[in-house]
Amino acid sequence: MLKDTFSLFIENRKALFGLMILVFFSGVAIFAPLIAPYDPKTNKVDVLRIVEEEMGRTTTVEREQIDEFTERRVYTQSIATTYERVTTKLPLNARPSRQHLLGTTKAGQDLFSQMVYGTRITLAVGLVTGLFTTILALTLALLAGYFGGVVDDIISLFTNVFLVIPSLPLMIVIAAYITVRGVIPIVLILGLTSWPWSTRILRSQVVSLRNRDFVRVSRILGERPLYILFREILPNMISLVMASFFTSTMAAIMGEATLEFLGLGNVSIVSWGTILYWAQNSGALLSGAWWWFLPPGICIALIGTSFALMNFAIDEISNPKLRKR
Amino acid sequence: MNENILVLEGVNKHFPVNSFRMHGKVVHAMDDVSFSLRRGEVLAIVGESGSGKTTTANVMARIYKQTSGRVTFEGREISKNMSREDELRYHKKVQMIFQDPFGALNPTRTVGRIMERPFVIHKIAGRRKAVEESIDKILIQVGLEPPEQFTRKFPHELSGGQRQRVNIARAFAVEPELILADEPTSMLDVSNRMSIMNMMLYLKESHSVSFIYITHDLSGARYMSDRIIVMYAGMIMEIGPAEKIINNSFHPYTRLLKSAAPSPEMGLKRKRLITGGDIPSLIDPPGGCRFHPRCPFVSDICSLEVPAMKKIDEGHYVRCIL
Repeated sequence: MLKDTFSLFIENRKALFGLMILVFFSGVAIFAPLIAPYDPKTNKVDVLRIVEEEMGRTTTVEREQIDEFTERRVYTQSIATTYERVTTKLPLNARPSRQHLLGTTKAGQDLFSQMVYGTRITLAVGLVTGLFTTILALTLALLAGYFGGVVDDIISLFTNVFLVIPSLPLMIVIAAYITVRGVIPIVLILGLTSWPWSTRILRSQVVSLRNRDFVRVSRILGERPLYILFREILPNMISLVMASFFTSTMAAIMGEATLEFLGLGNVSIVSWGTILYWAQNSGALLSGAWWWFLPPGICIALIGTSFALMNFAIDEISNPKLRKR
Repeated sequence: MNENILVLEGVNKHFPVNSFRMHGKVVHAMDDVSFSLRRGEVLAIVGESGSGKTTTANVMARIYKQTSGRVTFEGREISKNMSREDELRYHKKVQMIFQDPFGALNPTRTVGRIMERPFVIHKIAGRRKAVEESIDKILIQVGLEPPEQFTRKFPHELSGGQRQRVNIARAFAVEPELILADEPTSMLDVSNRMSIMNMMLYLKESHSVSFIYITHDLSGARYMSDRIIVMYAGMIMEIGPAEKIINNSFHPYTRLLKSAAPSPEMGLKRKRLITGGDIPSLIDPPGGCRFHPRCPFVSDICSLEVPAMKKIDEGHYVRCIL
């Protein structure tokens, strides 16, 4: 069953494209230390300087980080050559070049490395928040929708109250009051402000499915309530659940970028949001430093596209009527 | 043959109205419904939309619980609260066929998976192989041949008639004693109706079940059933053997239903009973006889009190003062 769904998912072009984008960014996030050429947080880099004593000159051979490979090569090159470890500074405000694919910041950090490392936090916050929100919303929706009555009244009341409060200001207010700065508070803030929308949609779907004839048939056949809830009702909602997961993940990525951009997160960590924050703070827009603010924007848009495409595909797969045979 | 399998005595079903303005009021969906069903009999319940036919079926199927009154099945009272075992035992014996053939099948499952459930829940036929054989057997009986072609399909790949056949097969899979059929042919096209009705009659004989057949179509009821109940606005108006209800009806409402049915022999010129109006509000049902606002023979007494069921003939009762 799951395998079938997955192969259908892969066969769908939209899904495949969306998944490829997500896999690409996940790969970047996982292998960030291998991909990033520099430390994203500093403007200093250790370079190898080869000193040729005989000639009485000093030549810097290559600006690269010292690693075992380089050291070994140097040793075997010539016995007469010695090396010294020197820390130099990267250029400030550099345009994209071969050394710095996306240029450097005003403080001299390598932007390409920052983008690579930023993927980690952005994706992690997005996925964790999306999962957290979806599980919270689904639990509340199933409880409210299936059991009805007082349970439904209480859950719906809270949902409606939270729906009325505009979530961005709420997010900002909570973020401003929380003294701890970091990733976990952001996950919690985003999760707690984004569940009502999903809950409301999922709840109404449960209510509508509960009164469908096939659920009545199951009751007449003698199915247990939990079986009906999870095996009869839930499979008919997969597209909605996935949609709400993808939407809340997307919203979380946007929300995280927003909070970071406003400086309400921890500005010393590296994420796409903080890159934008520093870009704004350093007037990148005014000085035309497009390599600073464009890449994070494009990446956020790409991740959004990826989730939207997978969303469409899930809808086609879970609704057998839309499925092409 | 004369043993009563199901007896309803003075069953009421009232739904509370969920509105602030009408708080505390109820919808009288079923009022004082009493009848009995003999083993092996086909009983039709006829009435227009909103007359309480489906509510009656749902109470018998225990989707709703009656507000008051007694339901007795095979000599045992069906109480409002049952243990899980009693509930299962009851559901193994009483099955229902729904009106909408598509809505009654879970769209995410194949026919094979849908047909499996009754066997799994009630632990019939045991092993997987035996279950598959039983499924094939029942699918052949409802005319879905070859069965292995259908078990792989999803409901949306079947035609309306085929879907309803799957529903019927599922209802008969547990070898029930009583089938509640809620307008099983009303959403099928005409060419399918006859074959589905014949198939149900055949299955009824071969599985020796009792049948409650709910319909708004008097001629279908006549074709299918031994006895007919005519309901109006939640109350039974007339009950009696099918032929008597058709040829010798007493209640003005039954006659109205009859005159509304088209009959090709008479042409279009036949004199109809002329009545206006619609089914009354069940929140504030009219006092007295529920039919009196529309009745062509209405007199002053009609609005005063609900007439009692009056015996006309052997097994033929009418709720009318006439």
